[in-house]
Amino acid sequence: MAKIIRREKLVPNIHLIEIESPEVAVKCRPGQFVILMPDEKGERIPLTVADWDREKGTVTAVFMVVGTSTHKLSLLESGSEIPVFVGPLGKASTIEKFGTVLCAGGCFGIGAIYPIARAMKEAGNKVITLLDVKANYLLYWEDRLRAVSDEFFVSSRDNYYDCKDYIPKVLKQVLKDGRKIDRVVSIGCTYLLYTCAEATRPLGIKTIVSLNPVMVDGTGMCGACRVTIGDKTKFACVDGPDFDGHLVKWEELFSRRKSYFHDEIRSLCYWENKVFP
Amino acid sequence: MTEKNKLSPEVKEKLKAEYNKEWRKELRSAIPVKERMKISRQKMPERNPEERNTDFYEVNQGLDEKTARLEAQRCLDCANPQCVLGCPVGIDIPSFVKNIERGDFGASIRSLKSANSLPAICGRVCPQETQCEAVCTVKKATGVSVAIGNLERFIADYEQTKGKVHIPKIPPSTGKKVAVIGAGPAGLTVAGELAKKGHQVTVFEALHVAGGVLVYGIPEFRLPKRILKAEVEYLQKLGVEVRLNFVVGLTATLEDLKKDGYECFFIGTGAGLPNFLRIPGENLIGIYSANEYLTRVNLMRAFDFPEYDTPVFLGKRAVVFGGGNVAMDSVRTAKRLGADMAAILYRRSRTEMPARVEEVHHAEEEGIEFHFLTNPIRFIGDDQGKVKAVECLKMELGEPDSSGRRRPIPIEGSEFIVDIDLAVVAIGNSPNPLIPQTNPDLKVGKWGNVEVDWNTMATSMKGVYAGGDIIRGGATVILAMGDARVAAAEMDRYLRK
Repeated sequence: MAKIIRREKLVPNIHLIEIESPEVAVKCRPGQFVILMPDEKGERIPLTVADWDREKGTVTAVFMVVGTSTHKLSLLESGSEIPVFVGPLGKASTIEKFGTVLCAGGCFGIGAIYPIARAMKEAGNKVITLLDVKANYLLYWEDRLRAVSDEFFVSSRDNYYDCKDYIPKVLKQVLKDGRKIDRVVSIGCTYLLYTCAEATRPLGIKTIVSLNPVMVDGTGMCGACRVTIGDKTKFACVDGPDFDGHLVKWEELFSRRKSYFHDEIRSLCYWENKVFP
Repeated sequence: MTEKNKLSPEVKEKLKAEYNKEWRKELRSAIPVKERMKISRQKMPERNPEERNTDFYEVNQGLDEKTARLEAQRCLDCANPQCVLGCPVGIDIPSFVKNIERGDFGASIRSLKSANSLPAICGRVCPQETQCEAVCTVKKATGVSVAIGNLERFIADYEQTKGKVHIPKIPPSTGKKVAVIGAGPAGLTVAGELAKKGHQVTVFEALHVAGGVLVYGIPEFRLPKRILKAEVEYLQKLGVEVRLNFVVGLTATLEDLKKDGYECFFIGTGAGLPNFLRIPGENLIGIYSANEYLTRVNLMRAFDFPEYDTPVFLGKRAVVFGGGNVAMDSVRTAKRLGADMAAILYRRSRTEMPARVEEVHHAEEEGIEFHFLTNPIRFIGDDQGKVKAVECLKMELGEPDSSGRRRPIPIEGSEFIVDIDLAVVAIGNSPNPLIPQTNPDLKVGKWGNVEVDWNTMATSMKGVYAGGDIIRGGATVILAMGDARVAAAEMDRYLRK
């Protein structure tokens, strides 16, 4: 069992969970993920780490409520316990001094990109952070991300912050302005990753995307998370989750991510009827 | 084919001593050999195929006391028992069988457990027909061997359900810490052996349940999880600590564990990397590796979806590629989950199938179709990216290949299409790469297998041993346990140095 130190709603539908796990906290590196289960009947949920505290021995992740298991997770109170918490899994992001690094995040990826932006900054890069939210009230961790960014932009569809354009358009504008970007790192929903990769493709700027396909064990044993990179099948859990966005076979990933769409709805209806009759 | 063990002089001596015991002599002379050979092999009671292929309860129901004792009478108690040579862990088979015959079940289980710490599991999943039973003297004489596997299962179940589980006396602690990586059959065996020697053993397991392939791979209808649970609890009673949700290599490296005081290591991380067919369309929705399919159903309990949150595709037309036990487990699972057609597609013929005869027989009874000499060449998807058909080629058998089996050769122009909505690829696994990746000093073979000295199971790293599928690729539970016993003896020696 692992103890939940803190679980709080950050913005509507996006929650933070901080788990006590000294071993994982010591080993965590940016870009890695953990797997947890809300209860004995839950799914194994992979979540990219959003922060850790090595002294306190805790690991933090940010998640969006989508299906039954994330719903259950969002109802757990601080101080309660979950049966499964394992990590850190996957390969850590490559952190070097590249020059100027643009970090593009959206949704749960705003939390997940934070340790990468921080590490990139610490490695001596100039960090440009670009966040995408649907509406102004969906932005969180603004202060934390500002603190590790040399430049900071937020785009929200309601035009509350810097602009209202979807990320790729902003990204294209940044590049069009003649800014030299050496590397782009992107975390968020698959569409955001895809559009970021497409925006940088014509200029050939290395664009690293953190993929989130369906997973089960998360240690390379099952192959649920297989993705096509170039002409090779890779397992996101052990070969990734970071991949070169220009090599990902996006169509396949979009399709595979939707594999259980109908089951997810059925599961949610069943659970809601049971818990909130 | 049966590989016969060589027995050490001590083991030979022990066998002889047991053989010469007074009660054994009396029992031998109580029924003449001729009479013993007249008794026919007692049938394992099985559930009705039409009933069992819709649920996940166990197929084999186990022998009752009376039938087991009758079956034990068939054993001739040979002076030179061949069956022991056929067993990868060298169980004193005549001793445990004869104790069943005379009704001393306690003595029987103690004798069995001195060589095999997981008898309830081996009694169910060992391929006895190619091991102990293949070389049984009664088989040579009458054509039908003593049902050693069924007797092993009987006595192990008897202890778990009716008897009192015997906990051997543990010698005083040696104060030595041992790390066992992977709670599968190899790891659990090493843990049990070393705990009995007084070492402090911790088993590290990546998943949230101990058992490895026994829990995520082998289905409930062949190995009920309560059996495994009881075996793990037994190890805990021996003082073994089981740490779940701990991935050695990531959560902590071998070096970290050394700093924590672990002096000796056993790598039993198994063949946890699924092989795929490498044909077009393999990443379409509805195509699983056997590992994923079985893990969803067995470990995550998708058969009870939506009570459990993890889903699995319920194919109406399901095909499984492969001819081994994992393929049989997958196809029988698909049938149980409601497939109208559940079929094995195998590229060789029936005689080359590596699956146990019993499993194939059970599958046939349950309405599984078998299509031999059939090889898939591509999957065809619909506009949603979901698999809807597979194109296959007919094969014919040519000359034997390196495995000694006749090589399948495609017949030109024989392409045909099978409509499907679920496919499971069960063509084997490769060794799990995690530990080799995180330990560059560990010598690894061509297939990613950890290399060992086969006499000691020692790896290229000092104090680090390995066994089971991580050194063999995909093999069997009992071979893993055989490796584990060799490794445990060496590890004990190493720790006492």
